[in-house]
Order: sequence, then structure tokens, then C-alpha cells
Amino acid sequence: MAEQTGLEGIVIDWSDDKQAFHVPWGKAMMWIFLLSDTFIFSCFLIGYMNVRITTTVPWPNPSEVFALSFGGEPIPLILIAIMTFVLITSSGTMALAVNYGYRRDKKKTVLLMLATAALGAMFVGMQAFEWTKLIVDEGVRPWGNPMGAAQFGSTFFMITGFHGMHVSAGVIYLIVTATRVGTGYYDRHRGGNYEMVEITGLYWHFVDLVWVFIFAFFYLW
Amino acid sequence: MAYVALADRDHEQHLHDPQTFVTKYIWSQDHKVIAIQYSLTAIAVGLVALGLSLIMRLQLGFPDTFSFISPDEYYQAITMHGMIMVIYLLTALLLGGFGNYLIPLMCGARDMVFPFMNMVSYWVYLLSVIVLCASFFISGGPTGAGWTLYPPQVILPGTPGNNGGIVLMLLSLVLFIVAFTMGGLNYVTTVLQARCRGMTLMRMPLSVWGIFVATILGLLAFPALLVTGIMLLLDSVLGTSFFMPALLSMGEVSEHSGGSPILFQHLFWFFGHPEVYIVALPAFGVISDLVAVHARKNIFGYRMMVWAILAIGIISFIVWAHHMYVSGMNPYFGFFFATTTLIIAIPTALKVYNWVLTLWRGDIHLTVPMLFVIGFIFTFINGGITGLFLGNVAVDMPLSDTYFVIGHFHMVMGVSPILVIFGAIYHWYPKITGRMLNDRLGRIHFWLTLFGTYAIYLPMHYLGILGLPRRYYAMGDTSFIPDSAQAMNAGISIAAFFVAAVQLIFLFNLFWSRTRGKPSGGNPWKATTLEWQTPQTPPVHGNWGPDLPVVYRWAYDFSVPGASQDYIPQTMAPEDVPTDPGSSYDGGEGEHS
Repeated sequence: MAEQTGLEGIVIDWSDDKQAFHVPWGKAMMWIFLLSDTFIFSCFLIGYMNVRITTTVPWPNPSEVFALSFGGEPIPLILIAIMTFVLITSSGTMALAVNYGYRRDKKKTVLLMLATAALGAMFVGMQAFEWTKLIVDEGVRPWGNPMGAAQFGSTFFMITGFHGMHVSAGVIYLIVTATRVGTGYYDRHRGGNYEMVEITGLYWHFVDLVWVFIFAFFYLW
Repeated sequence: MAYVALADRDHEQHLHDPQTFVTKYIWSQDHKVIAIQYSLTAIAVGLVALGLSLIMRLQLGFPDTFSFISPDEYYQAITMHGMIMVIYLLTALLLGGFGNYLIPLMCGARDMVFPFMNMVSYWVYLLSVIVLCASFFISGGPTGAGWTLYPPQVILPGTPGNNGGIVLMLLSLVLFIVAFTMGGLNYVTTVLQARCRGMTLMRMPLSVWGIFVATILGLLAFPALLVTGIMLLLDSVLGTSFFMPALLSMGEVSEHSGGSPILFQHLFWFFGHPEVYIVALPAFGVISDLVAVHARKNIFGYRMMVWAILAIGIISFIVWAHHMYVSGMNPYFGFFFATTTLIIAIPTALKVYNWVLTLWRGDIHLTVPMLFVIGFIFTFINGGITGLFLGNVAVDMPLSDTYFVIGHFHMVMGVSPILVIFGAIYHWYPKITGRMLNDRLGRIHFWLTLFGTYAIYLPMHYLGILGLPRRYYAMGDTSFIPDSAQAMNAGISIAAFFVAAVQLIFLFNLFWSRTRGKPSGGNPWKATTLEWQTPQTPPVHGNWGPDLPVVYRWAYDFSVPGASQDYIPQTMAPEDVPTDPGSSYDGGEGEHS
């Protein structure tokens, strides 16, 4: 079938019978879900920006709050930098997994997906460390903290918690899909079609992309 | 890459094959059974909300005669009535009920694309209803903050249900949104990706267009409610201050500080206004199909109808702050939102004109569904015009929070969609059960309901202009309200009891006709759309027998000149169309306008 691009392609797709996008059902559904999820995170971030403006108490300085001391010298945002690096790296391994999935290279696909899941779990682990440090050592609570505006803790725990839940769900999702690739489930039931790997990848890249925004708006602002 | 259209891989969609009663009717993955489960649950919880409104009317109409509810219980009744009617009845019935039933049948699909997820959607919805109704039975009762749940009062002491009721309400809303998302993703993907051969987007019946766009609105608007719900839940359970400013409550400084109540209003109405169109657009779509079938005429301006639905859907996201004119926001904001509000009236008015123009010179059959169509068009114009008053900032200010607002939104968002739902049930009941609803009872039901609802809501506009404030338990001896207002209030209450009683006729009809109704045959209204062309009535699991239908024309080939019958089903190929002798008509698709 001849591929039409640009506006003409869109018109042909949308006036077609049977399907508007030439993609599997699951992939179309994942795109729509991610669009909906984008609105959820946008609302969270807009709510955060709004209370940061309305609160009457000064906002704590993120580079001080999120600093870790090595050998007596505090390094600002060092943990967040490592977490971000880990999550971006996991996007790279995921992209490779999708590529090997299309080549039907079962072993490499499974290994790369499990590596992605391991990096994701590492991210969640570091987030747990960060939460523990804030709660136990620095006395930050959702309803207040010693450094300044109470909304700092409220928005921090709410937004990073909601994102962390997305990452955790993604890790489980990755392990399930990898297991199904590994045990030949898709070879038996989907005619050897590994499109689920790509659908899982879409979700994973989305979770990474959201983190970039949280990182920019919460830690760098 | 070699490419096989996915919709052609029919054999790959493994439909589960239900054997026992439990898998067929309880844990069912069939979209038709799920639709009926959704509808019955929504109607049941809607009857609870109807009961609450009767309790309120009893109090308002005869404040000195009856005294069995306290002011607190009155607030709880208005809150639960509003929330149930808007979310758990209208949204669930129009999208979960009609959406589930009609989308696969009208698009020529065997089921939703992910039937299991569709089933889970219903059960989570049922759970959300149970959680909501559980708040009636906890100590303190349900929340009494009004259905908009405005902070700070929603979680302050003095508001009924400020501890337990509000938590259950918010949890129930979160569950509802989860359920809606699972269903909504299915509806949108099914419409986009699983239509049968020949069914292009521009051949779809307008019912599907309305439900489709409404579902997209839901998927983009409910996230705002989800976030609002989570933040309010944290405010009330953990003591955070997203929406709570520092304030003095009952002589004590509250523990909150620095939050923004206006943020809540913005987030809530960013959901709340599209929600109006989530209810309205499916109703618009269904009305378009009903009017064409029962006037035996192609819908006037099909393409413009589709574009109007899309335009309304887009504009509905930039009008939300017209609910907040009195919140003290910047007047320039008010100007902007008043302008967009009036702009959205243009595509809406276009749809009304097109319904009327479809009726014009049509072969109007005054069947029960057609009566409801005409009732809807009248009521919707009525409610729409009062909307123009409230959309203007200067006129809205004095009318805000009066009975004028109550009258307006009950006309436009209460009575109008309910009339559509009734019309749609009378129209599609034969397909769902194989039997007609009783015609005589249907006519009695229609006329009494129509005049009864006008007797309720028209006087409310006068009460509003008098300045009668809404959400008051009793007016007492307020000096600016004349005594005659109380007489009118009593009259409204009597009309409300009457209308509620009339609905028993409808419920009786539903159950009686299930077994005793006249057998309908497969296509009693001589309609063109796919759901009337199924091999069995009611359609069996899988809908279409061994082969999927093929569509040759749009959904509105009624009274085509030269054809010998006044309707041509979408599945009829041009060469099969019987034509009048001597006519030059070749059986092709009628003209889209």
C-alpha cells in the first residue's frame, strides 16, 4: 500500500473505513490512555504551581533540601541527578528492546526489558531512600515542614508519589510482558507478534517524559 | 512491511463463549449485557436521587406542615441528589448504557475491542455506586457541601458529613473515574479502529458521533476531577492545605494555611463544564437519529452536524469559568469566558435548526419516540435561552445562586437529556427485548411528564427573578420575598410529586412489556442503521452471525426519490435497491449535505 504523508495522509486515514489509524487496537488505546494521563499530570503540576504562588510562607530552596553530603561537602541535587540519569537510561534500553522485538530476537528482547525493569526498580528504590531521608532526617510531612511552606511537602509527596506509582506499575507491566515474550505466549496466541513490547514501551517512555517535567518544575524551579 | 488491516483479522478476536447463567448475565463480557447492567444500575441509583428530590420538595413546599428533615439532612439531600443525577445516572446511562449497546452494533463490530476491560469497567462502576450509597449509613451521614463540594466549607466542622461522608464521596468519584476510563478507552478505540467494511467516519450515525466525542471529552475532563478529588482527600484526611486558606472557624484558627479555594473551583469546573457536554452530546446524537427515523427524512446537514459536535466538544474546554463569575475573578477573565460561552451557542443553535429543518416537510410519524424528540427540542430551546442570560456576566450577577439557575440547568441538563433517554428507550427497547413497549402507556407517560416538568421548572425562573436564593432549607420571613412565592413553591412541589408518580407508569411498562409486549420483529421502525439489520433480535453474542456486515451508504437514506421503499438499510448494495419503474435512480448513496 502506498504511504501518503502529510495532510493528505491524514485525510486518507480519517476518511477510511474500518480504522482511522493503521496501528493495532492495543496501541491506539495506549495512545489515548496516555493522552488522558497527560491531563492528569498537567492538572497536578498546575495545581502545584498555583499553591506555590498562593502560599504566604517562603518556599524552601530545593537545591538545599535535596542536597546530599559526601565527605562533609553538600552536593545539590546529586541524588535527583542520578535518579534522572537512571530513568533516561531505562528509556534507552526500552528502545533497544522494542527494536529487538521487531527482529523477533526473543532472548535480547527479554534481557533488555528486564534491564529496563531493573533500572525502573532502582529508580523507585532511590525514591524510597529520598522519601525516608526527608521524612526521618528532615522532618518533612505532607501537612508541614521545618523549612517553609507546608505546600512544599504536600505537593512533593503527592506528585512524586503518583509518579512513583506509575513507575512501579510500569515495572510490573514490563516483567509481565517480558515473561510472556520469554515463555512464548505471543508466539502461541498472537502469531509471533511482539507488538505488546512496543505498547509497553510507549507507556514506559511516557513515564520517563513525565519525570522530565516533574524534575524541571519541582527540583530546578 | 506487509500489512493486513487489523479489522480484517476477524478470527483473531477470541470472543469468550458464555455457557452458564453466571458467565452470560453476571460476569459477562458481552457489550449488550454490560450495557443493560450499566443502565439498570444507573436507573436504580437515579431512583434514589429522585426520592431525595421529593424529600426536598416536601420540605420546600410545606415548611410548616412537615418537619421530618433537619437543615443538615436537607443539605445532604441536595448534595447527593445533584451528584447522583449528574455523574452516576446521566453519565453512566448515556455512555455506559447507550454507548456500550450502540457503538459496536452501529459500527458493525462484534464487541468492544477489549471486552474483559469493558466488564471490569462495569464492576468498578458498581463498586463506586456502593461506596457512594454507603455514606448514607455511616455516622454523620453523607456530605452536605452541595454537589460542587466547594472548599473550605466542605471539610470544616458544621458541614454535615465533613469527616466520613466527604471521604466516601471522593473515593467513590475516584472509582467512578477509573471505571469510566476503562470503558471510555474501549468506546473511543472501537469507534476509531473496529468499524466494519464500508463504515467510514462520515457514514457513522450521529448517535455514535455524539457518544464518541462525549467520551473523548470525558477522558480529558475527568483527569481534572481525579486530581481535585485526590487533593481534597489529602486536605481532609492528612490535613494538607491545597485548597484551605488560613481561617477562623467557630472561634478557632484552623490548622490549615496558604491554600487556594479558587484553585479548586478552576479545577472542578474544568471538569464540570465539559461534563455538561458529556451528557448533552450523546443526547444530541440520539435525537438526530430518532428525528430522521421517525420523520422518514435524511438528517438535514449531516456534515455540519458532525462539525458542530466537534466544535462544541473543543469549545467546551474553554468556557469553564462562567460558573465562577461571582468568585471574584478578574473582570477581563469574565469577559473572555462570557464571549466563549456565547460562541458555543452558535454550533448548538445550528444543531437545533437542523433538527427543526429535518422535521420540516418530513413524513412525521407521531410515535412515542417522536413525541419525546419534539418535547426535547422545545425543552432544550427553553433551557438554552435562559443559558444566554446566565452566560453574560452583568445579568448573571443578580441571578447567581437563585432559583433561576436551578430552573435553567434542570431544563437544559435535567429534563432535556431525560426526555432523550426516554425517547431512546422507547426506540431501542424492541431491539433489546424483541418486544414493543406499550404505546398507549407511552403516550400517557410522555404528556404527563412533559407538562409536569414544565409545571415544576418554569415557575422556578420567576422565583429566581424574585430573588429567591437556592440551597435554603426554608425561606422564613425574609422581607424581600412576597408570600405568594411560598404558594408557588407549594405548587412546584405538588407538580414534582405528580411527575415522580407518573414515572411508575414507565417502570411498569418496562417490566410488563418485557414478557407481554407485542412482538416487534427485527426492524419495527423501518430504520436504516446497522443495529436493526442483525440476523437475530435481540442480537446474540457476536452480533452478526458468521460474516461481518458491509456498509454501502450513510445512515440516512430515507425517502430517496426513485426508490420504491422509503428507507434503504446501510447494508443494502446499490444493485439490490428496489427502484420505481422508469426512475433513473441507480441505488447509490444519498446525498450528504
